[in-house]
Amino acid sequence: MLFVGQAIQMVLVIALAPLVTGIVRKVKARFMGRIGPPVIQPYRDLIKLMRKETVFAENASWLFRAAPYAIFAFTWVAAALVPSFASGLMFNWAADVIALVALLGAARVFLALAGMDVGTSFGGIGASREMMIATLAEPAMLLVVLTMALAAGTTQLPGVADFLISAPITVRVSLALALVALVMVALAENARIPVDNPATHLELTMVHEAMLLEYSGRHLAMIEASSQLKLVLYLSLIVSLFVPFGMAPAQSGVAAWAFGGFAYVGKLIAGAVLLGMWEVSVAKMRVFRVSEFLGGAFVFAFLAILLAFLTREVMR
Amino acid sequence: MNAGVVAVIVIPFVSAALLAAVPSYRLSAAGTVAAMLATLIAGLSLPFATHEAGSYFILDDVNILFIVLNTLVGFTTSVFSASYIGHEIETGKLTPLFVRFYHAMFLAMMGAMNLALTANNIGLLWVGLELATLITVVMVGIYRTPSAIEAAWKYFILGSVGISLAFFGTILIYLAGQKPLGEGAAAMTWSLLLAHAPELDASLLNLSFIFLLVGYGTKVGLAPLHAWLPDAHAEGPTPISAVLSGLLLNVALYALLRFKMIVSANPSAIDPGPVMIVMGLLSLIFAAFMLFQRRDIKRLFAYSSIEHMGLITFAFGMGGPLANFAGLLHMAMHSLTKSAIFFAVGHIAQAKGTQRIADIRGLSVTHPGLAMGLAAGVLAISGLPPFGVFMSEFLILTTTFARHPWLALLPAFGLLVAFAALLYRLQGLLFGEPSEPSHEVKASSVPLIIHLSLVLVAGLYLPQTLVGWFERAAELLK
Amino acid sequence: MTQAYDVSHLLAGLMLVASFALLYQDRIFAVLNTFAAQAIVLSLAVAWEAWTQDRPHLYITAGIALGLKGIVIPVALHRMIVKLGIHRDVEQVVGVGKTLILGLALTSLSLMLVLKVTETAESFTREGLALALAIILLGLLMMITRRNAVTQIVGFMSLENGLVLAATGAQGMPLVVEVSVAFSVLIALFVFAVFVFRIRERFDSVDVESLERVRGDRK
Repeated sequence: MLFVGQAIQMVLVIALAPLVTGIVRKVKARFMGRIGPPVIQPYRDLIKLMRKETVFAENASWLFRAAPYAIFAFTWVAAALVPSFASGLMFNWAADVIALVALLGAARVFLALAGMDVGTSFGGIGASREMMIATLAEPAMLLVVLTMALAAGTTQLPGVADFLISAPITVRVSLALALVALVMVALAENARIPVDNPATHLELTMVHEAMLLEYSGRHLAMIEASSQLKLVLYLSLIVSLFVPFGMAPAQSGVAAWAFGGFAYVGKLIAGAVLLGMWEVSVAKMRVFRVSEFLGGAFVFAFLAILLAFLTREVMR
Repeated sequence: MNAGVVAVIVIPFVSAALLAAVPSYRLSAAGTVAAMLATLIAGLSLPFATHEAGSYFILDDVNILFIVLNTLVGFTTSVFSASYIGHEIETGKLTPLFVRFYHAMFLAMMGAMNLALTANNIGLLWVGLELATLITVVMVGIYRTPSAIEAAWKYFILGSVGISLAFFGTILIYLAGQKPLGEGAAAMTWSLLLAHAPELDASLLNLSFIFLLVGYGTKVGLAPLHAWLPDAHAEGPTPISAVLSGLLLNVALYALLRFKMIVSANPSAIDPGPVMIVMGLLSLIFAAFMLFQRRDIKRLFAYSSIEHMGLITFAFGMGGPLANFAGLLHMAMHSLTKSAIFFAVGHIAQAKGTQRIADIRGLSVTHPGLAMGLAAGVLAISGLPPFGVFMSEFLILTTTFARHPWLALLPAFGLLVAFAALLYRLQGLLFGEPSEPSHEVKASSVPLIIHLSLVLVAGLYLPQTLVGWFERAAELLK
Repeated sequence: MTQAYDVSHLLAGLMLVASFALLYQDRIFAVLNTFAAQAIVLSLAVAWEAWTQDRPHLYITAGIALGLKGIVIPVALHRMIVKLGIHRDVEQVVGVGKTLILGLALTSLSLMLVLKVTETAESFTREGLALALAIILLGLLMMITRRNAVTQIVGFMSLENGLVLAATGAQGMPLVVEVSVAFSVLIALFVFAVFVFRIRERFDSVDVESLERVRGDRK
């Protein structure tokens, strides 16, 4: 039963990922006064890319060929770990937040290496900027998840989600601060405005896109799918940590799963819409200001954990 | 509540309000002197009043001493400033409006200091001290020159930070007092806190004492928190320098002593003695060396004030009846002598039109009376017999030597260094070719003479009643 | 009980966040607005304490905080800045990043210190005191790391916000003290206004560094 549920989750996230991206693009277009591409366009793009021929540079190494698969694998496993419509599924025991951060970090390393592999300058810029952002964003993210772990008493994601479903909701500044910090980190990691523009190919402004320039065909499709999957992952993380209503708790039946599934899809769509609205209302920052932005995220996260610690000490 | 206590507080405040409305500055000067005289009379009635400890005010051996000193020096300073400030109008440094403002503020400041001295509620103590500080800040900047504004700004920032930290310390002591005394005003009453001191939470007391030491210590001018002091003394009007050195530093130290008494009474809290000894020695030696390089005469004596407050803190840190007695005596003597010196400096500044030491020479030729006054003051403050300062310094050194012989070397060294520096400077001021310009001394010399005579008499013969008075206060201070 | 605790925790935490925001700003008007926000949150916190501790006179303190520090003073400073043509951007002694890290260090320090020292007190008080001390230290940090006189004033007033928070958290502190704290704010404003005006008379900017050219210690 748990195995079936886990399999469903793995399929679900990969199936929903392009849809979420499509919704974001559609919302952005509508707000900008355009009609925009249909929401299923990303599916079409992926299928088109799969059918195209892959072309490599002459000096591309084995890493260049292997990276897309590695990236996709890491991201997919990570996405499978984050509780979506139900917690307590088969991979429950491995769903540790630190493991999650490690998986995402591994994916990022491969991407950066692949960007540098062919030796173009764009790839180099993209890789270095990406690592700079990661250096600043990872500590903030770790602090956020540790804050939640401190509140819940465990670093297992499903444990945290369960705690938040069952515990009474009390107004806590530390949770709010943690949420703000996590959203800022998510924006940075997913290469969204204000940190990076996912639609640009200008050399001054590219971060994520710069590393993909040399890829084509099915490799590009895999990498595109991975970044869409990463967005779903972060949305699921935010949703499961901060708004876990409707998620089926561990060891519940199919009906609860179905309800949880509806809730989950609804939350993803809501998140996508919000992201689209956010992206059209904010301007992209210059690259050197990203460190200030992420520094702010770090401060919020640090404050969140200080306040959570304070609450725990005082209430003892 | 004792009528005298009420009077010493109310008279200055009411007069300040009244005089602010008076249009003529001469009248406000005279009014100030009259009000301070009335306050002095009220203050002199206090040694004969019964000791009491109400919920807001207290009258005991420790603060009667300070109140009498405060009102006395306040009165003489008002006499000095009445004539001095009038001269400032003639030289164009102040306008009549500002002179009226000055007198009203002067009275309000004296009222605030008396409030702090008579307060039994630690919050009220804090209010009085903060009010006095803020008023002196405004007064320091009253000339409105760039350096005056900078000095006042620095004083303001450092003073406010100090007063805020002291307030936090006050809150912490209140929290500590809540356990035995419950919530409400009782936990803020000093006499009750002292009585229940052993029951107070030791770690809370420690933390609060640190805050109070840093906070009120800034106002005493202990190194390294002294940065505001030289500038404030140099740039403010001379009567304010006299009041700052002679009175405000004392009141701040008095506040510190009240809290030291509470902390000492709790056996598990840290012993405040060593901390005070270290800070006192630091101030003493640092200031003594700084005396050498000063080029402004008021700044020179400001560092001398830091040095003496350091010595007094050292004495109270040593503790015990003899050291406490010496500390109290030194506070009184220093107050009188330093204000006398500043009176003399004020005369000099007006006579010569400058505060730069290099430009003041040959005073013994042009103003012999003033030169004698200055010489007497400097010799007194350097600790030469037969002046009273010698007596208190001697007592401090002997009692330190009796208890920790090696420790006594440090203050002795500092005092010698200061002595050398001051004498060297005095020589330059008094002798040699007189420098231009050279005006007459317009302000009244009477306060200067009174103070120095008191110090001289105290050095030669201290009446038994006074000795007993000091002794009783020293007993209370432990 | 828990609800009361949570709301006061929320409000005190928001004040702390405002203190950090004050450290981060580099434009004077933004500093004033952030300070006004902090004062408003303070008044809410004091009002909440008034309700839970059942001490009606704290409402007065809340009103003073809201009216004076939340509205009157920021508006007055705003007008003064416009009228006197003071420099609109804030120069820092240390960079923003380092200042924020120092702020985090100070916050951690104050939390550890107060929690250790107040083991015998009630939880409301302990937590309020810890956050208040952090706010005080951050106000102090702001005063130290800024060059503009107006922002030093704001730093000092945010320090006083922390003091008021501490005083209301310490239950049962008599009104005398609260009124006096408010009173001191009044005097402080008077002094400030007088100062800034006088400073304006002599210089073109309220930049404290240009004041320091007239340093007297070498005299």
